[in-house]
Amino acid sequence: MNEYAITIQNLTKKFEDKTALDNLSLQIAKGELFGLLGPNGAGKTTTINILCGVIKPTSGEAQIYGYDVQKETQKVKELIGVCPQETAIYPYLSGAENLELFGNLHGMSKKLLKERSKLLLGKLGLSEDAKRLSAKYSGGMKRRLSLILALIHDPQLVFLDEPTVAMDPQSRHAVWDFIREQKKQGKTVILTTHYMEEAEELCDRVGIIDHGKLIALGTPRDLIAEGQVKNLEELFIKLTGRTIREEA
Amino acid sequence: MKIQRVAALAKKELKKTIREPAVLFMIFLFPVVFVFAFGASLGGVGGSQTVTYNIGVLNLDHATAVNASQTLLTTLHDTKIVNIHVYATNKTAQSDLSQGTVQAVMVIPADFSQSLASYQAAPTAPSQWINTTLSLYLDKGSLIATEAIPPIIQQALLSVAGQSQQAMQSPFGIQTASLVEVKATSALDFIVPGMFTFASIFLIMMVAQSFTQDRENGMMKRIRITPTTPTEFMASQVVSYMGIALIQAALVFAMTYALGFRPDVGAPEYGFAFVLVLIFSLSNIGFGLITATISKTASAATGLSFIFLLPQLFLGTFVGASLSGSAQVAGKFVPSSYVTNALTSLFLRGASVASPTILLDFTVVSVSCVVILAAGIVLYSKYCKI
Repeated sequence: MNEYAITIQNLTKKFEDKTALDNLSLQIAKGELFGLLGPNGAGKTTTINILCGVIKPTSGEAQIYGYDVQKETQKVKELIGVCPQETAIYPYLSGAENLELFGNLHGMSKKLLKERSKLLLGKLGLSEDAKRLSAKYSGGMKRRLSLILALIHDPQLVFLDEPTVAMDPQSRHAVWDFIREQKKQGKTVILTTHYMEEAEELCDRVGIIDHGKLIALGTPRDLIAEGQVKNLEELFIKLTGRTIREEA
Repeated sequence: MKIQRVAALAKKELKKTIREPAVLFMIFLFPVVFVFAFGASLGGVGGSQTVTYNIGVLNLDHATAVNASQTLLTTLHDTKIVNIHVYATNKTAQSDLSQGTVQAVMVIPADFSQSLASYQAAPTAPSQWINTTLSLYLDKGSLIATEAIPPIIQQALLSVAGQSQQAMQSPFGIQTASLVEVKATSALDFIVPGMFTFASIFLIMMVAQSFTQDRENGMMKRIRITPTTPTEFMASQVVSYMGIALIQAALVFAMTYALGFRPDVGAPEYGFAFVLVLIFSLSNIGFGLITATISKTASAATGLSFIFLLPQLFLGTFVGASLSGSAQVAGKFVPSSYVTNALTSLFLRGASVASPTILLDFTVVSVSCVVILAAGIVLYSKYCKI
């Protein structure tokens, strides 16, 4: 049986003359909380989009739980949940209606959908606002609802693409707790972020991508020790000569 | 295909239509308000106002024992919606037509009575008839004249010959009339078929906006990540927009009924009209998808949707009849003109659902709408992904 949740082999993606992903190879174990780090445009979202079957790679292969992401897309989609970078929710539906829609798209039963909705809305503090139109939510509430949408069907593998962007500190810590809980439940979590402290706080291992290439891979502690730096932010500067928040 | 997914997406689309004020206005309120404003100005609220038509007559008929021309004029007079003005020369008749004194000039040919006599002598032997043609000059500036007068005269001709309205052969011909009967007579009645078509056309804009919006805000991508298949997604969109088209048609019908529209037709004809509007909505969904394919943003989609919306509107609804001859020929290339024509035949001319003219229109609408929808789905799937 395959011990890896994700296996990526020599993955390359070119958009016309720009190489977004350059021969990336990576393995992520089941139950691991893995941080994919890098500045904007480094190739993090492109990697996720390929793994979700949304875009095709120029070359290379990737498997999720042993299923080829290009050939067995339907099977892959049943296993994954994705919280995209943009706050993707239907503003003219209430929080509960958004969950009901995506639960139905995942083929959930009414009973299970109701239970999961109640549980997740409660954990992220949206129970009282579940029946309000999501257009009237604050930015942080919308981000939390978007996160719940990714998890409504209880997927084995969760991609969280910049889940705490533009969140206030309180909401961010609530989301961190929630992410830790997903790991405890045995889910594999792939977190992309350019907040280095977030990665240090949460991740078992991190991979740093720059210009589509994997330039560092390991546990935050090992990488900091090997690089003889104070934190991942300093490591990134040492490796690239730039800060992570600069545009690539 | 999983019905659960199709139903969930269709329900979401319907909620959007009801909850988004701009969509609600464009899809439902605009057609209703338009029908009310336009219909009230033409038909009056609470009942159809009967209009009358002034028809000039130049009678060249050499009446024999059978005075067919007199019978025709009496028949027209008895309709109580036609005022006959008899002229001695074509010149004075044409002069009055150009001045707007009369809305049409009818020239009864010299052999008119002879033609009727030949028909009455051998009603089942068309080869023995003396065929003749009435010349009809219409006021092209009058929508009502061009739409209403030819069928009225045709009906009177049938009556003179003692034929039923379904008769397919007659010794009499006129230049533009159809062989079916006009039963309604108010100005409102003549624009109602085009109003049904008009309301559905705005689906083009709504579909284009909806797809581009969902693409812009990442919802299309989010749905693609679920196990929903492209077929399920497209089916949900078609179902929901057909449902919207049905509600639109019901609202337009209710509004025109309130304004006095009372066609002398039964439930099968109404049912057929709604089916026709539903099929027509497929082409509007298709045009909407094509617009969404070529539009990068929702605002661009709004503008570009007029590429398809305006021809359908001007060439195929109640506006079309008052356009030039070449524009009316161009109307043959838009599905809306066939829908309007079929509804006009059904509601105004009293044609049955199974009549050749309606079946022809129905076939053209069905085939063209399915082709346009298929083209929209293929283009959108290829260039935008679902």
